[in-house]
Amino acid sequence: MSVATETAQAPQIAHSEAKGFWSWVTTVDHKRIGIMYFLTSFFFLFVGGLEAMLIRIQLMRPENAFISAETYNQMFTMHGTTMVFLVAMPMAVAFFNYLVPLQIGARDVAFPRLNALSYWIYLFGGIFINTSFLFGAAPNTSWVGYANLTSGVFEPGRNVEFWIIGLSILGISSILGGVNFITTIINLRAPGMKLMRMPLFTWMTLVTSFLLVTAIPVVAVALILLAFDRFFGANFYEVTAGGDPILWQHLFWLFGHPEVYILILPSFGIISDVIPTFSKKPLFGYPVVVYAGILIGFIGWGVWSHHMFTVGLGPIADSFFVASTMIIAIPTGIKIFNWLATMWGGALRFPTAMLFAVGVVAVFTVGGLSGVMHASAPIDLQQHDSYFVVAHFHYVLVGGALMGLFSGLYYWFPKATGRKMSESLGKWHFWTTMVGFNLTFFPMHFSGLFGMPRRTWTYQAELNLETWNQLSTVGAFIFSIASLILVWNVFRSLRKGERAPANPWNAGTLEWSIPSPPHHYNFPSLPEIRSREPLWDDQERDEVEKVTLAEPDHEPEMPSPSFWPAFTALGVVATWVLIMTGIWWMPLVGLAFTALGIFSWAFQPAFR
Amino acid sequence: MKNVKTLRWTRNLGLMLTVAFLSACGEEYLQSTINPVTDYGEVTHNLYVQVFWWTMIILVVVLAVLGYVLIRFRERPGQEKPRQIHGHMGLEIAWTIAPALIVVAIVIPTIQGVFAVQRPPDGDALVVEVVGKRYWWRFHYPELGVTTANELYLPVGRPVSLRLESGDVIHSFWVPQLGGKRDVNPVVTKPEGEEAKRNWMHFTIREEGVFWGQCAEFCGEAHSLMGIRVVAQNAEDFQRWVEDWRTAAPTANAPDETPAEDTAGEAGTPSSAESAGPDGGSGPGAQDPTARTTAFPDDALVARGREVFFRESYCVLCHAIEGTPAVGEIGPNLTRLGRRSTIGAGMLENTPENLEAWIRDPISVKPGVQMPGAQYDVTYEGLTFPPTNLDDEQIRALAAYLSSMK
Repeated sequence: MSVATETAQAPQIAHSEAKGFWSWVTTVDHKRIGIMYFLTSFFFLFVGGLEAMLIRIQLMRPENAFISAETYNQMFTMHGTTMVFLVAMPMAVAFFNYLVPLQIGARDVAFPRLNALSYWIYLFGGIFINTSFLFGAAPNTSWVGYANLTSGVFEPGRNVEFWIIGLSILGISSILGGVNFITTIINLRAPGMKLMRMPLFTWMTLVTSFLLVTAIPVVAVALILLAFDRFFGANFYEVTAGGDPILWQHLFWLFGHPEVYILILPSFGIISDVIPTFSKKPLFGYPVVVYAGILIGFIGWGVWSHHMFTVGLGPIADSFFVASTMIIAIPTGIKIFNWLATMWGGALRFPTAMLFAVGVVAVFTVGGLSGVMHASAPIDLQQHDSYFVVAHFHYVLVGGALMGLFSGLYYWFPKATGRKMSESLGKWHFWTTMVGFNLTFFPMHFSGLFGMPRRTWTYQAELNLETWNQLSTVGAFIFSIASLILVWNVFRSLRKGERAPANPWNAGTLEWSIPSPPHHYNFPSLPEIRSREPLWDDQERDEVEKVTLAEPDHEPEMPSPSFWPAFTALGVVATWVLIMTGIWWMPLVGLAFTALGIFSWAFQPAFR
Repeated sequence: MKNVKTLRWTRNLGLMLTVAFLSACGEEYLQSTINPVTDYGEVTHNLYVQVFWWTMIILVVVLAVLGYVLIRFRERPGQEKPRQIHGHMGLEIAWTIAPALIVVAIVIPTIQGVFAVQRPPDGDALVVEVVGKRYWWRFHYPELGVTTANELYLPVGRPVSLRLESGDVIHSFWVPQLGGKRDVNPVVTKPEGEEAKRNWMHFTIREEGVFWGQCAEFCGEAHSLMGIRVVAQNAEDFQRWVEDWRTAAPTANAPDETPAEDTAGEAGTPSSAESAGPDGGSGPGAQDPTARTTAFPDDALVARGREVFFRESYCVLCHAIEGTPAVGEIGPNLTRLGRRSTIGAGMLENTPENLEAWIRDPISVKPGVQMPGAQYDVTYEGLTFPPTNLDDEQIRALAAYLSSMK
């Protein structure tokens, strides 16, 4: 855990050399918060993976009863919820945290304490939603939680309540994070770091952050309406009182589709940085790739009902959403062509980071194209809620988002730790991942086409789906082995990895101009930026490194550590959790804690 | 060298997959989405084939370019820094327009398809009201006065319109060979004067057969066990089925009891009454008075089961049997249960032994089912139904009675 501060030299400020548990609880350093985000989401990746394995074992045989139907329903619900809200999003946020200030030449994010608050809310929220297992009441109505199944009449247990409260808590964390990164990117760029000179990863962080602050409130509304239905007897989704469960679907997918881009755009950003580095060429069509990303973010708001073609919205609405959804394929295709063109004519090297980046291009293309199929509404009437769709979104979210994050991990690990990850283990990891991933998810196209609905505990032997499911299960085991190789590689490389210089890959962007790992203050003073790849121009590199590698006479003053973000996070989480007691004044106790936390926070000076 | 090897290996793998796929297609998939038997399914399937080839072309082009790039542009020892190209306007325009054209080529037939699959039929359609309940299906034919469960009998060649509504949460009606799924939504109570909204599915079946399907929208614990069987018959067989269904099965009532009022007769159309005439006598166990006494050797057991059903249990609270005093609507209609191929919405083969197991302990057969067992209660939408407390003798008789109604 102490790697980030290992080489900080001669610090004059207590914070910079602070070690031990308490220093991590009170840290406001974006790099430490980034590492905590990463480790937490990495842990939850294995929680979600374990849930997936139970699902796969259950489906290995027809009419199997390895786990009960109720357990199965909890498993797939928590698998989806965990992977989306506790893994893919926060792991991307880990990269935002660690890298954005380094890429734009800032010493920290705009609101360091708010950043810590985001993390602690995420951690406590993640733990809370998983405590439901201890009560045998894990959420069991799928990650989309369609009304009116979630009403007290049909699901009287606590399961749905854990889900409502857990997601509401996590949403707060995401919104705060989004606000922080928008402000940081807009305001804290080094001199000369114009918007159109920012690395693509920072660009996609900006787009994603706008999506976070606009999309999460929509699901918050949906959840609050549901909470009113369940806790206070309101009737928003109650048909007998004139409420409409379809409202939930509109609200959920109005959030849910931008959410898809929240998950995938960070990965696009990562590989748009990785591919140029290992091609020794700048990104082909930089402005086009940026605009395509922005366009995807915008159009992503107008396509939500393609998740609802079977609902019966009528042919005119269906046609509109067919067209808008198909249009999104165009900017996505543009990105893929530009990545190919970046590699064309380059001098390609294939360390693990690049292997995963290329893997994303190949695998995401498959997922994108099966997406084109069910963008066609009549086809979707067959494929919707079948394993074909399960195959599609795992190709996009595992093959696209998660593999992109893996690529980023191998790429920036030396920057964060001062050590490279093992390349031989990395190659094992990559190839077992590719084999395991494809063997798991490719056969699902067939089980779906041959009539296997998703979210089913079992299937009848007569359906002849056993072979396809067995292939998937074998693939899932290989995929798990691949993930264990990754764990081994991460923890082994922390101790024994090859020492990395400031710029181990000869990359062009600003974060590679400072030592690995960086000083806690990142930049002694701010460099002047003149191009997109300041380190690829010999003259500019000398000028930048003169500033970034300099030993300052006295260290820059950095925000002081604070306990109050973690305390406030506890208060926020308690406020929500205490709603479950059903006693009206209990949440007020949590609110009092929150108020105390905010008050103390406000009156604690930012600098000592 | 290594590349060539990798390529050969990839090609072999591709061959193996192709062979696996082709052999897989030869097998029988009862819920295949690519083997339609209706006009509706045909529209879906034709579009699928069309879009499938478009995506395959794009996939092959992208992967071919990627493969070429990865091999051709590897860094070679001593290679100079590659030329620093920042972009090319012409190329950008080209790869914006080309996908846009493909999109147009897909969108136009898609929108035609969207309207085609939602157009009501021109001719005289057979309307069936489909009600999805946790975790079974009610099928009511208003025109024919028939109500049944889980097995949907339909005529070949006549347009069919399914009117879909849910009795509780959202379900989805999916019989892949008939065509795409459609959500079965609960009906929202509207202010007076506003029409309640329900989904419809329209299709004409082209061939006889039994088609499998199941609920496709997650609806709770036993969602995976909510099967549908569609039995498509020629007009004549279908008509015979209707006639049988409208009348009480021979063993439904005790010989000395008068059957309850035959409401089905009122709903019958003149045409169906006509065609019933010549077939009436030859139908399996129809209104032949001798069948009542001779067709069932275990007559005593059946009579005993009838007593259990009507007097010693509260079955009739939830279940109905056509032509008898049982008119419960909470659970599936049991008219001529003996003829159904399965019990528990596709869960078990319909034999007297399985029926006994089901009545004794339905939850072990179908976890989540909302039917009380001999020893345990269930809570259904806030109402608690106590254990039936039937002993083995009663259960055996009950199963015999229900099976006898063929």
